[in-house]
Amino acid sequence: MLEIRDLSAGYGHRHVLEQISLKASEGEVVGVIGPNGSGKTTLLKTITKVLEPISGTVLIDGTNVDEMQSKEIAKKVAVVSQVISINFEFTVEDIVLMGRTPYIKGSETVEDINIVKDAMEKTNTLFLKDRLITQLSGGELQRVIIARAFAQDPKVLLLDEPTSHLDITNQIDILNLVKHASRKGMVVVAVIHDLNLAAYYCDKICLLQDGKLISVGTPDQVLTPQNIERAFNIPVEVIPNEITNSLYVIPVLEPLHDTLH
Amino acid sequence: MDKPGKSVILILAILLIVAIITNTAIGSTSISPDVTARILVAEIFEGMIDITGKIFPSVTANMQANGYYPVEKTWTNSQEVIIRDIRLPRVLLAVLVGAALSTAGCAMQGLLKNPMADPYIIGMSSGAALGASLGFVMLLPVQLLSFVGAVITIFVVYNISKIGGKVPVDTLLLSGIAVGSLLAAITSLIIFISHSPHQIIFWLMGGLWTASWDKVKITSVMIIFGVLILYRYAWNLNVMLLGEEQAQYLGLDIEKVKRYVLVLSALVTAAAVSVSGIIGFVGLIIPHIMRIIVGPDHRILFPASTLMGAVFLVLCDTFSRTILDSVELPVGIVTAMFGAPFFIYLLRKRRQSLYA
Ligand SMILES: Nc1ncnc2c1ncn2[C@@H]1O[C@H](COP(=O)(O)OP(=O)(O)OP(=O)(O)O)[C@@H](O)[C@H]1O
Ligand SMILES: [Mg+2]
Repeated sequence: MLEIRDLSAGYGHRHVLEQISLKASEGEVVGVIGPNGSGKTTLLKTITKVLEPISGTVLIDGTNVDEMQSKEIAKKVAVVSQVISINFEFTVEDIVLMGRTPYIKGSETVEDINIVKDAMEKTNTLFLKDRLITQLSGGELQRVIIARAFAQDPKVLLLDEPTSHLDITNQIDILNLVKHASRKGMVVVAVIHDLNLAAYYCDKICLLQDGKLISVGTPDQVLTPQNIERAFNIPVEVIPNEITNSLYVIPVLEPLHDTLH
Repeated sequence: MDKPGKSVILILAILLIVAIITNTAIGSTSISPDVTARILVAEIFEGMIDITGKIFPSVTANMQANGYYPVEKTWTNSQEVIIRDIRLPRVLLAVLVGAALSTAGCAMQGLLKNPMADPYIIGMSSGAALGASLGFVMLLPVQLLSFVGAVITIFVVYNISKIGGKVPVDTLLLSGIAVGSLLAAITSLIIFISHSPHQIIFWLMGGLWTASWDKVKITSVMIIFGVLILYRYAWNLNVMLLGEEQAQYLGLDIEKVKRYVLVLSALVTAAAVSVSGIIGFVGLIIPHIMRIIVGPDHRILFPASTLMGAVFLVLCDTFSRTILDSVELPVGIVTAMFGAPFFIYLLRKRRQSLYA
């Protein structure tokens, strides 16, 4: 279980997160939504101590991350970052093997290799194994980085817009995969920009605005027209989506006529 | 490590052995490679007898009594002396210095993620040069002072760059350049007011003409251990290439990796510089060339750079001591004159950015 208590963080003198408290349990997919610059990425950085918090605590299975070595944290928490660029010609397999870094002493074992293979199978990247990481498409790269996170064999998986570069099929594949992993006992926290995907996949949603958590709860509770208008500053309609049995968020826009004047 | 990587290492290792034998054979007195190899084998054998003699005196005494000897002696004593006491220590010193500079350059390029990085980049060469200059003018041991100069410099630069327990890589580079310039200015001042500036200038150009078995012994310990321990950071350096944030997500204590890699690179570089002066270019281009050939994986790149650096400096040094009849060229001139054009050729051939 991941528990965040009164977490505040920032860069230099600039406060970005204020007093965030949040719980995420095994089997739950927790979505983090909010406008650009609201502090979603900062939240994920603070959880892993890559950014030192100003105050507050983060507990993983009851242990304070402050008392954990970076290696121990990496065995528990894996992060898939929003922007990744790798300019060095490593093979895909090597990159996924890097997920085993916190476990490897000396050189990799057969077990490490098997876990890596398994992670690549799950993310449909095994066929890319010998390709160079510099020569992948954006979507392929994203899947490889997710494979690397799986190779860490984490308790908690933090994803920062994991589907931003993926086509519709891969979006659904990856989110299904993540959902499956959570059902198998992982804690998943994912930043998702697409509110409809968030509504469908998340068990719990946190809405961030200006570094403050303005609403936490089930998709039904959080994705109300009032909340969304308040955070994103645009009028929306929220209607039940009967096909998927979730919600559908529609921005209320003027119909576009003749744009070709 | 994959198969192609292993075969490159094997080829380079064979290349190095061939280079050692042939280059020991080359010199003003001509001794054939065949005879050279025989002398070398005999020397190695005698060395082993010496060692076993200390452990099992009776066995050795027995072998000597029976006249057991693996290589028939077909050479003159003077040939043996030239090979053993003059050429071999020189070639071995070239091996050690080339290996040290190339490995340290490889480590610095990986750590700083900067294609301009070489073993000297954060001011070590200037520190060593100042130490050596002081040694020359004050008639103190030059080797020791240059070593100390390099080590103190890296210590100072590291601590200047430290902000709140962290050492940002760009601050490290910039403070290295600043401290380096300051020390270089002081060295220039010493050269300017010195009565015999030639010694210092020669030292700055880099050369191995002062090679001796003593120097080989002192530096080999530090260089071999330093290089082998650096190899242990190969995987960590690979992970660092993903960027510091990613490396942290993967559980790396990046400040610790920086500290250890810097200290180890500094020690092997200082050991090399203290016996050879400032030999440029080996530590810059050999790692780049090997990266083009074997890729960025330090598990292969490190040993490949070590071996290639050694081969390259042995060849350059032979050239520098044999090209002119009466004098030796400083080997630093030769490394740049051969290295630079070849490197430009590779850059053009690749037609793609060499480095991130
Ligand atoms: N390294 C940094 N130094 C200073 N300020 C930063 C830094 N990174 C982010 N910020 C600021 O912190 C705030 C929150 O940024 P953050 O990256 O957490 O937003 P986000 O919610 O992830 O946005 P997006 O949806 O665009 O990814 C922003 O105002 C941003 O400008
Ligand atoms: Mg973000």
